[in-house]
Amino acid sequence: MKQTNQRAWFFLLPALIIVAINAFIPFMTVINYSFIDKLQGLPSFWIGLENYSSVLQNNNFRQAVGRQFAFSFLVLAIQVPLGILISLGMPKKGIGATATLIAIGLPLLIPWQVVGIIWRAFTRSDLGFVPIIFNQFNYNYDAALNSADAWWTVVIMDVWHWTPLIALLCYSGLNAIPDAYYQAARIDGASRLKTFWVVTLPRLRSVLTIGILLRFMDSFRIYIEPTMVTGGGPGNTTAFMSDVLVRQAQAFNFGPAAAMSLIYFYIILIISYVFFQVLTNAGTGSDQPQEA
Amino acid sequence: MATIELVDVAHSYDGGKSYAVQDINLTWNDGVASALLGPSGCGKTTLLKIISGLLKPSDGKVLLDGEDVTALSPRERNVAQVFQFPVVYETLNVYNNLAFPLRNRKVPEDEIDERVTRVAEILELTPHLKRRAARLGAAEKQRISMGRGIVRADTTAVLFDEPLTVIDPHQKWHLRRKLKELHKELGLTMIYVTHDQQEALTFAEQVTVMNMGEALQTGKPQDLHHRPEAPFVGYFIGSPGMNLFDATPEAQGVRVGDYIVPLSQVPQGDNLQLGIRPEYVEASMDAHDGWLEARVNRASLTGNALMAEVSGAGLNFKVIVPENSPLRSGDTLYVRFPEENTMLYQHGKLATMEAAA
Repeated sequence: MKQTNQRAWFFLLPALIIVAINAFIPFMTVINYSFIDKLQGLPSFWIGLENYSSVLQNNNFRQAVGRQFAFSFLVLAIQVPLGILISLGMPKKGIGATATLIAIGLPLLIPWQVVGIIWRAFTRSDLGFVPIIFNQFNYNYDAALNSADAWWTVVIMDVWHWTPLIALLCYSGLNAIPDAYYQAARIDGASRLKTFWVVTLPRLRSVLTIGILLRFMDSFRIYIEPTMVTGGGPGNTTAFMSDVLVRQAQAFNFGPAAAMSLIYFYIILIISYVFFQVLTNAGTGSDQPQEA
Repeated sequence: MATIELVDVAHSYDGGKSYAVQDINLTWNDGVASALLGPSGCGKTTLLKIISGLLKPSDGKVLLDGEDVTALSPRERNVAQVFQFPVVYETLNVYNNLAFPLRNRKVPEDEIDERVTRVAEILELTPHLKRRAARLGAAEKQRISMGRGIVRADTTAVLFDEPLTVIDPHQKWHLRRKLKELHKELGLTMIYVTHDQQEALTFAEQVTVMNMGEALQTGKPQDLHHRPEAPFVGYFIGSPGMNLFDATPEAQGVRVGDYIVPLSQVPQGDNLQLGIRPEYVEASMDAHDGWLEARVNRASLTGNALMAEVSGAGLNFKVIVPENSPLRSGDTLYVRFPEENTMLYQHGKLATMEAAA
């Protein structure tokens, strides 16, 4: 048999250790928890899929999943077109380009907690400027009592925070489109809208794929901002999946919490996979993923 | 079909500080296959964009069949342009790519079908019609680009901006032949931009040589070779290019280095340059009276001739002699510059001559 050199393992070892501590061990622990009943001070025992079925029957959880899908869909539906529009309007060169880039990128630099605090300050019914403005139009805005107000506040906060990411990605994508494409479209007599559909959008495909995936995963995992602004309320109306999950874990229901987080994980995984497949093949008229 | 005229055209990209093209007065007659030849950055592409309408010139007018179209958009001009890098609409298949310019102009579908089928046939794209354009190679993509140019029944001129740059060498000659066929079959006015003299001289009946934003000379390929009207044309066209020497007027001719070239007509003034093509230098191994004695530094075979790099009378220049000449490095050669093939330039243009004293 051929002699092989095993020394390469030493080079892999640091990475393997980090991945083990960082991902593999916690992940296996969670999988383990999801199949056992663990009560403090008592021996744990195997209960099969009982945790999963109890989680799936949990009304709180089911509502949170529905809410989560609605939220992610809504913010993507707003952020993607808005981000593209903003990037189309951004100046391409000169001092204006730099200034716009900084202004647009600013929200991305703010930590999540701070975003939450800022928006809580904005929307407080006693001293925020948002209620004051709404009061001018005889609308009694109150995110703490009115669930519709709370919802829109969270959505708009996310749009404010993350649309810049889509805009910046699209901006870089736009700058990479050679002028000849636009010139050819002009010579072929294409309208501006047509040019956008046949030249711009297809050429933004790869940056949009990244942008949509990132935004989907992040919006699906949203936790800190709504917790800071609305605390999941009024009632449970802005309690998203992370919120429900954290409450389970804080109540030491490790088994159901583990099952919940795994279901949560698989939802993100499956949807991201589907998104990726759809986006890489959209408009290519083939079933093979396309080379970048 | 269209005659294209540029009248006093100039363009500046920086508001008048510097000009990309200047003093352009050119005419392309209806149905001509023409080339714009010049080094990179000489303003060829700028000129092309001005003709197609992608660029509005800072000064001057563009006339199509005598009608001023300077203010019209590319869409309104019926001039097609093919770019250096093949442009295809990636999400559309080949058929829809070819149909694109027609659909944008609301041509009825049955007419579109007829035109697209015909153009696909001419450009040998028929087997690919249902395939997505992004999946084809560079040569096919460039054929699609050309196809979009000629698919419109009202296209009067097609402009090519170095269209063979990214095409494999073995596909190049095929595409170039295709272009000539297209020209013959459709009788369109074609302007072909390139920095490759071979490409220009084989494609075109009329060549315009440009340098530094100016059109130096327009003419048949042979004229550019025999009678270059500017030193740059002589130097840029031909391989090797023209020999150019600084010259000063004398009573019986002009002095170059330590040698006096006898001429029946002499120019006056300063800033003179004498140019002679290596193939027009008359050379002999035997001494003749009044001929320039030169030493052969190097002799190398170029195709079917021998190129000798020689020096004498304080000049270094090139001479082309027949392949079977016994010339070797170190030999002494006697040369003469025959008057009929000697060009004299002043301030970058042909010099005006007066009868010799």
